[in-house]
Amino acid sequence: MSGEVTYRDACREAIRDAMKRDPRVFLMGEDVGHYGGCYAVSKGLLDEFGPERIRDTPLSESGFTGLGIGAAMNGMRPIVEIMTVNFALLALDQIVNNAATIRHMSGNQFGVPLVVRMATGAGKQLAAQHSHSLEGWFAHIPGLKVLAPATLEDARGMLWTALEDPDPVLIFEHVMLYNMTGSLAAEAGAVAIDKAAIRREGKDVSLITYGGSLPKAVDAAGQLAKDGVSAEVIDLRTLRPLDDETIMASVRKTRRAVIVDEGWRSGSISAEISARILEQALWSLDAPVARVCSAEIPIPYPHHLEEAALPQVPAILAAVRGTLG
Amino acid sequence: MNKDEIRSVVVKELGKIAPETDATSIDPDADLREELDIDSLDFLNFLTALHKRTGVNVPEPDYRKLLTLNGAIAYLADKLK
Amino acid sequence: MYRFRMPSLGADMEAGTLVEWLKHPGDPVHRGDIVAVVETDKGAIEVEIFVDGTMGRQLVPLDSKVPVGTPLAEIEGAEEEKEAKAPAPAAAVPAPATPSPKPAAAPASVQGLRASPAARKLAAQKDVDLAALKGTGPGGTIVLHDVERAAAGAKLPHRGLDLEKMRAAIAAAMARSKREIPHYYLATDIDLSAALAWLEKTNAARTPEQRLLPAVMTLKSVALAAKKYPAFNGFYDPAKGFAPAKAVHIGNAVAIRGGGLVSPAIHDCDRLTLDQLMEKLRDLVARAREGRLRSSEMSDATVTVSSLGERGVESLYGIIYPPQVAIVGFGTVTRRPIAVDEKLEIRSVVTATLAADHRVSDGHLGARFLKHMAALLQEPEKL
Repeated sequence: MSGEVTYRDACREAIRDAMKRDPRVFLMGEDVGHYGGCYAVSKGLLDEFGPERIRDTPLSESGFTGLGIGAAMNGMRPIVEIMTVNFALLALDQIVNNAATIRHMSGNQFGVPLVVRMATGAGKQLAAQHSHSLEGWFAHIPGLKVLAPATLEDARGMLWTALEDPDPVLIFEHVMLYNMTGSLAAEAGAVAIDKAAIRREGKDVSLITYGGSLPKAVDAAGQLAKDGVSAEVIDLRTLRPLDDETIMASVRKTRRAVIVDEGWRSGSISAEISARILEQALWSLDAPVARVCSAEIPIPYPHHLEEAALPQVPAILAAVRGTLG
Repeated sequence: MNKDEIRSVVVKELGKIAPETDATSIDPDADLREELDIDSLDFLNFLTALHKRTGVNVPEPDYRKLLTLNGAIAYLADKLK
Repeated sequence: MYRFRMPSLGADMEAGTLVEWLKHPGDPVHRGDIVAVVETDKGAIEVEIFVDGTMGRQLVPLDSKVPVGTPLAEIEGAEEEKEAKAPAPAAAVPAPATPSPKPAAAPASVQGLRASPAARKLAAQKDVDLAALKGTGPGGTIVLHDVERAAAGAKLPHRGLDLEKMRAAIAAAMARSKREIPHYYLATDIDLSAALAWLEKTNAARTPEQRLLPAVMTLKSVALAAKKYPAFNGFYDPAKGFAPAKAVHIGNAVAIRGGGLVSPAIHDCDRLTLDQLMEKLRDLVARAREGRLRSSEMSDATVTVSSLGERGVESLYGIIYPPQVAIVGFGTVTRRPIAVDEKLEIRSVVTATLAADHRVSDGHLGARFLKHMAALLQEPEKL
């Protein structure tokens, strides 16, 4: 594929490419087959690969995630699609107590080379129970890798690297990114999953973010540039493991950090990054680390309240200005 | 004092005499009087400061040994062994 | 009276909650009967009694958590064991509540100086006084940039000095001098061997802070010569003529780093000892370079001395500072071949020059002035 495509297209192509390359790869989840996927990511794949490899599952996250764990332990390379992170709560025990621990608990006799893809985030008026951004929670768990592709290249390239990983990898696709368009090189392929990326270089402040908040941070950086403030935008890409090296090099250079995280601030990935900056770059700071997160309330249903609850560009701008004095 | 500490003291004192020059970019083998445009009074002040900081009393016949940065550091290191 | 107490139901049990009585006041109890249910960390446990008797007064309300050993009920008809069977008294010290960490102290007013970590680190490295800075960071915090600027500013040579203005003033004075004063020039080579030998001997016994520079000997010689030959020490006013000065205040030309020149006066130079002269010289040069001279130092010089120091050339011909009438110049001391008692020797020699106002003196007097200076410098111990 090449030319003008969507993030969704890139996700689909990643799955197709993996399925074609490795016969052990299969996709399973609710509505991934006949319906073509809740977000249309797997549209057309059932026709292409057949029902053995594109498997519609019963409405039981715990059940089919456990199935995926078992399949992975037995030599397959399953991609389990949990419709959204909200429903992953029903498979939390499988993910946290089985997938993340089996290698450790079995003394390395068994591994779980499982990939779980989930949609995450808010913005579609799906209200309190269907608008979570819990990728930060999963990043708390040793034994898991947590990815947050925010660009077409990463949506296209992270899946293969994740499938090659002998241990469980969770991939979080922000719901508001699926329709994002852009161009993708024809030869776009696998990308690394352990490094952050500098999406825009700057020298006055480090804007640290991931996933659905990346476009807002880039937008904010553009506006700041007009006011003579040079913001460096870091796309974390991976929430576990965090790329301390890239983060600290940036903060040591700019001396100011603003973290944009759609999770709630309490005990979040933004809190973790703040702690690490404190530990590793305190003597470089000219201002306290600032965080722009969702309001600490269950995400509202009405559009205007939902928008008000989520991190937005004006709040990012205000946070940056707060660090400048 | 080890050589790094000596170097640090020497550079700092030179910095006080010639504050507008970047003491860290001095050619270590160049004549300091030329490098930093310092005169005999400056040099004496420099030696007075070194005496105060390190206790080393440099006699006049030895002045010429401290005319370069490396020379000064080596001389002091030798006296402080 | 036997007291039925909260039993220890585990090695690490400290307290339990009585949740149910299975025997009530008045009920007979027998050894081995279960009389109560106690809730512990490990779950609800049925508790037996080990005496016979009648359940008496119940002492503890249900659902209350009490330490191990607390009496729960009186059993009538049974006796307390003589030896203290009671387990360790309820001295189970409740774990002190870890005080919640104080919120970060309010900045500025409570903590004092508000400076960022980056600023503090650089200030310590560069010896910058944070208290003297004004902060441009959030809430007036001193940030790295503020310290960088202060450190850079401190390096500029003209704190208190305006080199451009100084140059303009020098230009005006020198131009006027050349316009108005008819200069004549004399030069003589002075053998400094005796003086330098004396100096070396004197300095060898001294630590650096007490040592003398050759400059103080030449200054003193000029001062004494000026005292003897007042035609070179005073001011000339075209309307009134020459007025010799009562004292000898030598203006010592000091080069300012960055391209300035100033000649502050050392007062009563002829009456100072060499040590005092050295002290004054040090002080004056330091203050001149910082721009902290006093007005008297700027205006009182009666004659000026200028020298090239160690890295100059053989001779210096000066320009008289009006309204003074003379300026003595010293070139760099060099090793030169000279004739001494019909033999060729290498000696330390300095070329001393005199530029003087021909309206006030002439060459004959000037020569005597210089010769006297040279003679003085052959007897350094008398300076």
